[in-house]
Amino acid sequence: MHTLFADSFAALGRLDNITLVMVFHPQYLESFLKTQHYLLQMDGPLPLHYRHYIGIMAAARHQCSYLVNLHVNDFLHVGGDPKWLNGLENAPQKLQNLGELNKVLAHRPWLITKEHIEGLLKAEEHSWSLAELVHAVVLLTHYHSLASFTFGCGISPEIHCDGGHTFRPPSVSNYCFCDITNGNHSVDEMQVNSAGNVSVSDSFFEVEALMEKMRQLQECRDEEEASQEEMASRFEIEKRESMFVFSSDDEEATPARDVSRHFEDTSYGYKDFSRHGMHVPTFRVQDYCWEDHGYSLVNRLYPDVGQLIDEKFHIAYNLTYNTMAMHKDVDTSMLRRAIWNYIHCMFGIRYDDYDYGEINQLLDRSFKVYIKTVVCTPEKVTKRMYDSFWRQFKHSEKVHVNLLLIEARMQAELLYALRAITRYMT
Amino acid sequence: MEKMSRVTTALGGSVLTGRTMHCHLDAPANAISVCRDAAQVVVAGRSIFKIYAIEEEQFVEKLNLRVGRKPSLNLSCADVVWHQMDENLLATAATNGVVVTWNLGRPSRNKQDQLFTEHKRTVNKVCFHPTEAHVLLSGSQDGFMKCFDLRRKDSVSTFSGQSESVRDVQFSIRDYFTFASTFENGNVQLWDIRRPDRCERMFTAHNGPVFCCDWHPEDRGWLATGGRDKMVKVWDMTTHRAKEVHCVQTIASVARVKWRPECRHHLATCSMMVDHNIYVWDVRRPFVPAAMFEEHRDVTTGIAWRHPHDPSFLLSGSKDSTLCQHLFRDASQPVERANPEGLCYGLFGDLAFAAKESLVATESGRKPYTGDRRHPIFFKRKLDPAEPFAGLASSALSVFEMEPGSGSMSWFVDTAERYALAGRPLAELCDHNAKVARELGRNQVAQTWTMLRIIYCSPGLVPATNLNHSVGKGSSCGLPLMNSFNLKDMAPGLGSETRLDRSKGDTRSDTVLLDSSATLITNEDNEETEGSDVPADYLLGDVEGEEDELYLLDPEHAHSEEPEYVLPQEAFPLRHEIVDTPPGPEHLQDKADSPHVSGSEADAASLVPMDSSFSLISVSHALYDSRLPPDFFSALVCDMLRFYAEQGDVQMAVSVLIVLGERVRKDIDEQTQEHWYTSYIDLLQRFCLWNVSNQVVKLSTSRAISCLNQASTTLHVNCSHCKRPMSSRGWICDRCHRCASMCAVCHHVVKGLFVWCQGCSHGGHLQHIMKWLEGSSHCPAGCGHLCEYS
Repeated sequence: MHTLFADSFAALGRLDNITLVMVFHPQYLESFLKTQHYLLQMDGPLPLHYRHYIGIMAAARHQCSYLVNLHVNDFLHVGGDPKWLNGLENAPQKLQNLGELNKVLAHRPWLITKEHIEGLLKAEEHSWSLAELVHAVVLLTHYHSLASFTFGCGISPEIHCDGGHTFRPPSVSNYCFCDITNGNHSVDEMQVNSAGNVSVSDSFFEVEALMEKMRQLQECRDEEEASQEEMASRFEIEKRESMFVFSSDDEEATPARDVSRHFEDTSYGYKDFSRHGMHVPTFRVQDYCWEDHGYSLVNRLYPDVGQLIDEKFHIAYNLTYNTMAMHKDVDTSMLRRAIWNYIHCMFGIRYDDYDYGEINQLLDRSFKVYIKTVVCTPEKVTKRMYDSFWRQFKHSEKVHVNLLLIEARMQAELLYALRAITRYMT
Repeated sequence: MEKMSRVTTALGGSVLTGRTMHCHLDAPANAISVCRDAAQVVVAGRSIFKIYAIEEEQFVEKLNLRVGRKPSLNLSCADVVWHQMDENLLATAATNGVVVTWNLGRPSRNKQDQLFTEHKRTVNKVCFHPTEAHVLLSGSQDGFMKCFDLRRKDSVSTFSGQSESVRDVQFSIRDYFTFASTFENGNVQLWDIRRPDRCERMFTAHNGPVFCCDWHPEDRGWLATGGRDKMVKVWDMTTHRAKEVHCVQTIASVARVKWRPECRHHLATCSMMVDHNIYVWDVRRPFVPAAMFEEHRDVTTGIAWRHPHDPSFLLSGSKDSTLCQHLFRDASQPVERANPEGLCYGLFGDLAFAAKESLVATESGRKPYTGDRRHPIFFKRKLDPAEPFAGLASSALSVFEMEPGSGSMSWFVDTAERYALAGRPLAELCDHNAKVARELGRNQVAQTWTMLRIIYCSPGLVPATNLNHSVGKGSSCGLPLMNSFNLKDMAPGLGSETRLDRSKGDTRSDTVLLDSSATLITNEDNEETEGSDVPADYLLGDVEGEEDELYLLDPEHAHSEEPEYVLPQEAFPLRHEIVDTPPGPEHLQDKADSPHVSGSEADAASLVPMDSSFSLISVSHALYDSRLPPDFFSALVCDMLRFYAEQGDVQMAVSVLIVLGERVRKDIDEQTQEHWYTSYIDLLQRFCLWNVSNQVVKLSTSRAISCLNQASTTLHVNCSHCKRPMSSRGWICDRCHRCASMCAVCHHVVKGLFVWCQGCSHGGHLQHIMKWLEGSSHCPAGCGHLCEYS
């Protein structure tokens, strides 16, 4: 952990709160930092200030002032033109062209077509090269999902940034500080304090029930064989249901004053695709998956990055400590797969070999609300949502969930974008 | 070669005929498989499952196996295989994890036979046993391989690949019990079908997933694997450890690999992404595919040789929804288009050149090279004469020997090392370089330098030189001071004379390359007015009558006096401080008379350079007479530079470019300049003249060139105690936990600039060492070494 911090500090000259929260899972953090460092600082087709500006654009889509501030500093530091920060229209035409892709990618990635790609690649003197585009796409997806993480874990602003030293209601990051300084990773007592009125026994049953369900599913999997139509419809049901899962409490998010300038179209947000009359065909992973197709394309156009992202996905997907709340030696693979596939399901990505009925069994409503909000509209995440799901679980586990969320989201966006690029190329 | 040629092959009774053809499918194919009799092919995909008969002219749809009202996921096939013993038996792997077998002998419309739903994830591959009628093997994403006996309802045995996804399984053709499986983590495992508990052998074949494998049909131990890392590797499995015998590097990840029948070293590959072609490789020639099929418009997903004993028919299915039959004879052969030519320099400058004989033969009259001139280098491989290698066997090798001495590039090295490119006034640089060139016997180059000096340090500017010179004299008492002090500090206290000097120094610092025998006027010219006509004119008017004598004086003075002027660069004051410098003209008026004394003193000596180059005088006279500004010549100079560059002496072109700096730069387009610079730098680096090349990079004004210095600036340090590389931080060793670089003066760790003595290897903070060595000449560490700081 120490060396991780040292490396991170050496690379960035700071130790940001994201790092401090992610260090719950050092294995992942290492891969994450390596990837981020490569994307931002190492050899790549885009100039350094472009990279940070794209990061700002992406984070601004989710009004994530934390990331925006962080990268505004970096952007200026690498010699970016401060004028660009006044809004996208002040940036070069080339970056302005990217705005549309950014928007679609952030909120409705399934709408990306090869025409989007063509528009970017064939714009006379403002056109992007394929390698640049892949770099930009990776950066965009990285920062979209990082924005999700920021809100999902309630990362508080850096101390030197606006609002960093003002008092805020305690969020996870505060706990992390305590944990790290105390060298104590069990935060149960604190959890009880913050959850306040929740009775311990109540939430205890929650965990028990979840484990029971997992056991049942494991056992009766072979016996109860769902018919084909049922399997197919289960996916559709889950897909449709996912759009009704929305938090009822639309609390006003803290307005991020300096972020809005990067917006040109605030009305464009996440819309569930099935709600819109227009039918979008389901994306089948068996036809275009990251391991076979996405990786090859990325690695071809932006060498080494495919490898790094691939590693990151792998670590995030396979990360487990075989614990659940107070239980040890639990096989959580089923739960993790349910979460991962649920997120992909929200983006219309279907696994032929998955029974989507499992999702309903394993993920309860408050958890779905949280997932959906974090992945689709992270700016609306509230502390209450964070507290109200999986009440008995540790913070480290909730951070773990967040890692799954952001990686699944990143992969979903990447898949859509890369498929469009592939279609353009053929 | 005629397209659509027809091939008829007789194979033990059955006859195969056909041509290159394709047919449209309704949907993208995922896999294809051929029936034993080579007359039918099955195509399977997400929404297609059909059998086509291969007729002479076309494919004919024979059977659609996708029946039922609502197609279920069981029919969404990831793979399909046709039994090689029983032509009624097929098996498919479904994306939802189901393995289905089909019996074409069933009378009903639905031919589905059995359903195995044991895998939890997508099944990637199914494989029938080559000789056993009832044994089927499957490999799945969930990491398990299962062996089914078709006479039973469930699997006979399960093999666990330890949690990694299985991408391919293949029964060995020769070993009854053995099968190979490939994994997403790059491993290949060898299993005995009787022992499900553990694999016989495991090795890492690729970096990243291994998508496919294929046993060699004849060679017992050979297994070909293809992976996402764009490689096809051939392994010899007979030895104790799997040995890589061949490796083919393709341009995209390898999705399928199939050995070509009857050709021991040929295999066909297709890719999963980006590349749509099918290649047939000779594994012994891994760089150029032996044949290439370019019919498909989207990635090829399945390939199969039509008959296990016929090498000329290849079938393929693709994402572009077509099924193709390729004829080997119609394939494009990249080899034919390649010009097998090689060119190489020997150690002593000999040049060897190999080319197709047909190309070389036309040139006659050359002496054969010591006996074996016609050395067919491609025959070194000892090819199987039966192999159809087109047109490669006849190459001619010519060797050209260098005449002794003529190949020597010592003049280049000497010149590069001795040329002065910057840091001194132009005239001096030119003289120096001319001298270097003359000493090396390159008179034309020397002459060029001399002429450049005349052109750019023209007589019109001479008086000013003198003037400067006199100014220098006048304030000579102040000069030593200026060397040691920071000029900023003394600015207010000095009189106008020193200030004048400072202004001179200042401009020189601005344009380091500029000449500086030069003159107040040139300086001002640079500073204020870009065109040089005006000042030159009034100058000439000013000093008319003395120009001859003055001109002659000029070089000598420059030489003798210059060292006094040269100030350390960093000591120059900023430009804005000289705003109050008295305007040039007045000064000229004031000082016009003073130079004469000093001038005549040096008279005799200054004649020396004259006799070596008589042209000096005539040119200078002409110059003076017509009163031409240096700009007039720039076109000529540019032509001259281009001439040198074209002659191959890019060294001269670049040197002149650097020395003249702004004077000619604008007249030559950026690209040419960049080209010259890169060529010169490349040459310098080939001669290991790193210092010179770095100097050139530094002095170049082209952005692309100066960038060369910014790339890969990482410096790797090893710990001074344990000699291990210090990876994480530059100043503390991870292993021995000691700080590597301590300052000998303050005994703290040096984290920034570290300077050390190359004699005793002690060192420390730059400032500390500088300070220390001002007071003492001994090493601060007390080792007694007399350190030098320069």
